[in-house]
Amino acid sequence: MLSWLPENISTYGGDIDSLMYHIYYITGVWFLLTYGVIIVFLLRYRRQEGQKAAYVRGDSLTQASWLLVPLLIVLALDLWIDFQGSEVWAKIKIDAPSSDLLVGVTGKQFNWEIAYPGPDGKLGTADDLEMENELHVPVNKVVHVILRSKDVIHSFFLPNLRLKQDVMPGRTIEAWFEATKPGRYPLPCAELCGFGHSGMEGSLIVHSLDEYEKWVQKNWPNKP
Amino acid sequence: MKDALNMKIESMTLTGTGIPSGKAGVWCFLASEITVFGGLIGSYLVVRLGSGGWPEASAHLSFSLALFNTLVLLTSSMTMVLAFDAVEKGDSKKLRTFLFLTILLGLVFLGVKAFEYAGKLAHGFTPGAGVFWSFYYGMTGLHALHVLAGVIVNIILFMEALGNALKPNEHRVELAGLYWHFVDIVWIFLFPLLYLT
Amino acid sequence: MSNILGDVTQGTHPEKKGFWRTYVFSTDHKVIAKQYLALSLFWAVLGGFTAYLIRWQLAHPETAAPGAGWIPEPFMYEGVVPPEFYNVLITMHGTIMVFFVAMPLLLAVFGNYLIPLMIGARDMAFPRLNMLSVWVFALASLVLLISLFVPGGAASAGWTGYPPLSARAIYTGVNWGMNLWIVAIALEFAAFLMGGINFLTTTLNMRAPGMTLFRLPLIVWMQITAGVVFMLSVGPLIAGAVMLLLDRVIGTTFYVPEGGGQPLLWQHLFWFFGHPEVYVILLPALGIILEILPVFSRKPIFGYRPIIYSTIVAGILSFIVWAHHQYVSGIDPRLAMPFSITTILISVPFALIVFAMIATLWKGSISFPTPMLFALGTLGVFLIGGLTGIFVGSAPVDIYFHDTYFVVAHFHYTLFSAVFFGGFAGLYFWFPKMFGRMMNETLGKIHFVLTFILFNTTFFPMFFLGVGGMMRRIANPMQYEFLQPLQPINVFITGSANLLLISQGIFAINFFWSLFRGRIAGPNPWQANTLEWSTSSPPPHENFHKIPTVYRGPYEYSSPETAEDWLPQNQLGLEEVKK
Ligand code: HEM
Ligand SMILES: [Cu+2]
Ligand SMILES: [Cu+2]
Repeated sequence: MLSWLPENISTYGGDIDSLMYHIYYITGVWFLLTYGVIIVFLLRYRRQEGQKAAYVRGDSLTQASWLLVPLLIVLALDLWIDFQGSEVWAKIKIDAPSSDLLVGVTGKQFNWEIAYPGPDGKLGTADDLEMENELHVPVNKVVHVILRSKDVIHSFFLPNLRLKQDVMPGRTIEAWFEATKPGRYPLPCAELCGFGHSGMEGSLIVHSLDEYEKWVQKNWPNKP
Repeated sequence: MKDALNMKIESMTLTGTGIPSGKAGVWCFLASEITVFGGLIGSYLVVRLGSGGWPEASAHLSFSLALFNTLVLLTSSMTMVLAFDAVEKGDSKKLRTFLFLTILLGLVFLGVKAFEYAGKLAHGFTPGAGVFWSFYYGMTGLHALHVLAGVIVNIILFMEALGNALKPNEHRVELAGLYWHFVDIVWIFLFPLLYLT
Repeated sequence: MSNILGDVTQGTHPEKKGFWRTYVFSTDHKVIAKQYLALSLFWAVLGGFTAYLIRWQLAHPETAAPGAGWIPEPFMYEGVVPPEFYNVLITMHGTIMVFFVAMPLLLAVFGNYLIPLMIGARDMAFPRLNMLSVWVFALASLVLLISLFVPGGAASAGWTGYPPLSARAIYTGVNWGMNLWIVAIALEFAAFLMGGINFLTTTLNMRAPGMTLFRLPLIVWMQITAGVVFMLSVGPLIAGAVMLLLDRVIGTTFYVPEGGGQPLLWQHLFWFFGHPEVYVILLPALGIILEILPVFSRKPIFGYRPIIYSTIVAGILSFIVWAHHQYVSGIDPRLAMPFSITTILISVPFALIVFAMIATLWKGSISFPTPMLFALGTLGVFLIGGLTGIFVGSAPVDIYFHDTYFVVAHFHYTLFSAVFFGGFAGLYFWFPKMFGRMMNETLGKIHFVLTFILFNTTFFPMFFLGVGGMMRRIANPMQYEFLQPLQPINVFITGSANLLLISQGIFAINFFWSLFRGRIAGPNPWQANTLEWSTSSPPPHENFHKIPTVYRGPYEYSSPETAEDWLPQNQLGLEEVKK
């Protein structure tokens, strides 16, 4: 099932994927066990002539332990999943690394407006550059994305980076990523935002370092 | 006739909590009403804590009118209690008087509220004038609708009491009272939240 | 009997009433249950039709859906679904299925029909309130229907209606359609609040002699827990809906950031209700299975009390998990972990219930008539829904899966299993009680096998789509280059969804045929213990000729006390006879 995942090209995508695989194996085993037990019971204890069901109400402690023991296992596995999850979550959402580069992304019906800060590294200054739907970044650099919306809620989704973040009108939300492989990747909107929601898509273009240098030269030719 | 007797015996042997069903039902209803106003008040607090500029807006509200209204509602709760007390004592004349007073006080409350709204609207503080005003009209408006509902219930009881139709169902006064006190208590929360801070 | 306010009015057996009072404006809980059944089946057909159009558009975008050419222009163009209408379709599909099929079918039909019969009461505590409830629901249905046809189009902001998209008409172009949608849902809530109050009060106060709380059938426990959870969670959303309506109609700015409002506020209010709501739907379905399993295993439920405690724990936990729908919505990231923990913990009480169900099968004497098949099917399908819930419950994994088809697959595994597998199980099981005749077994078995297989072939591949990154609520996957390789899956899903929908016709045929031609059932065709089976089928007005006295719990099958393998709750046992 998980082989359908798109190629991961971010530094933290691997952590999400491996968490996914852990849950996959755990739930897979539970699935097989429970289905196995149910099917065995259904076959073994199907109605037969002259055989009466056992009168077991499950209220004595020994019988209740049939419920409690698997329950404790469930609880332990749950906590283990949570524990792993909190590490990954902290890595992505709480302990963000310091950024090499800043980009502003503003959602609007039905486009992504991308703002590049230019040589001064600050958004909202005269040397900013605006583009529609094209997010250019260099490979192996930590990119901070400043997310805003002009109208309704959109969702900034980079499947290959395992990154998704809603953009909320009236607020500024930050996200970050570090892409590990040059190429062109989809950047769809993942939250229903109106009749043009379907088809609202930009692209992420990850450049190798020298290609990126060229792209910068082209757009800010008189960079100091 | 025999059937009726059987049913009477039946209803006495039912397994239950001992709380009359009508009362249990009203309590259930009030429990979900609490969550309605709880949600509204919670929302107000959340939005308010997350933004600046509120005290100025709420300074435009008339504290004295609201204080007057608070006293009106509190008094009406008292008259409602007295109406119930009259039921207990079997004094139908007093019952009518106190129901009437309760209704009157409810109407006074609504009148003052309407006066207040008109004043605010005349100064351009419409519901769309900002989120404080949204909450002001939303919260007090929903509360006023509850007061109105309570007044209507009381009017029905009053009419029945006039024609002695209330006699077999006098416990309804207690149920209406529960509701009326609830509406009163909601106001006790709204008053400081909107007018005092 | 008592009226709305609980006054005691000593009714006797009813005077003969006319057609209107008997079938239309009836206060009889059994008639009300059937009215709800009719309404919910009507909506199920409409909800199924929206599913058909949705699926057709996804597999064959911008081509004419066969059989939809008659739908006129502003909606569809000669059978082609335009994107605005696609959004209407998903909004209506979600709204209809959750509020107008799931809730009426699982709560109102089974709750109304069974609670008084199972606790040994003549009717609900407030029969007139009950009648009001079904009429308010009918009004809600009417308003929702009208909302489809008003100028500007119907609501199209998804069944979750997130503002600002839903808060200002400029964003969708929808004006009155959306307002009426809010009104319809508010009315529906009112109907179910009345129902909930009735369920709870009835169960608390109207039980037959001897029917202690721990002798109640589990479905009654599940229904009242669901009712209480509903009553306590819906309030904030009612407040939220009022605010949304005010934003739309008189221009307040609760959810509009330009006026200082907070769009996220709605999401909190919605999911504070929305998550408990899924348990409101699930619990009655689990209750149905828990009634059916012991009857066809001829064994007591394993762990009756632990199940009750688990239900209550789950009901409480369901109030503190809501933000798991908002991991990527922009809430403070530090909130995610506590909610992730509560979310995954809520699997514990449900795991207990599932284990108890499985243990009930152990050493049973199991037969497989249609209700049992559907009960087992519910269990099997729900299990996959529950297990995949662990993926989306884990915050980091949900970053990727949120708003993809993984979620769509997950919630259909939970909701469809509850509503349709559970609902069918209950209908096949109690049909003989409701209508006095048996349903046809052969048709029932064919219906089960087709539904089970086609359900899985429809919804399991949606997990692949979600893993592949396909977003939900998009009208045309072919617009995205990265989704085009997944399109064969979409085509396959639509094929089996169509067959799944068609195969429900077997149920319809069976239902109507059995209504008139089915074998006469007799009072207790399944040899079951609970009180509803101790009266005739269908039960008379006021249910019992004489209110039964209860001597034991509901699941005394194969008890050593008797030679039979069942022992009704109201039958004198050896001990009582000795006394
Ligand atoms: C044959 C039966 C069904 C089919 C083929 C079906 C198909 C679908 C599909 C494809 C979607 C996703 C639409 C989109 O995101 O673009 C969807 C959404 C949904 N379905 Fe179903 N469904 C069926 C039955 C049900 C049932 C029984 C329920 C619940 C009781 C249900 C509840 C929902 C809900 C709540 C949504 C979300 C709507 C939204 O995004 O606003 N569905 N369904
Ligand atoms: Cu968008
Ligand atoms: Cu949830």
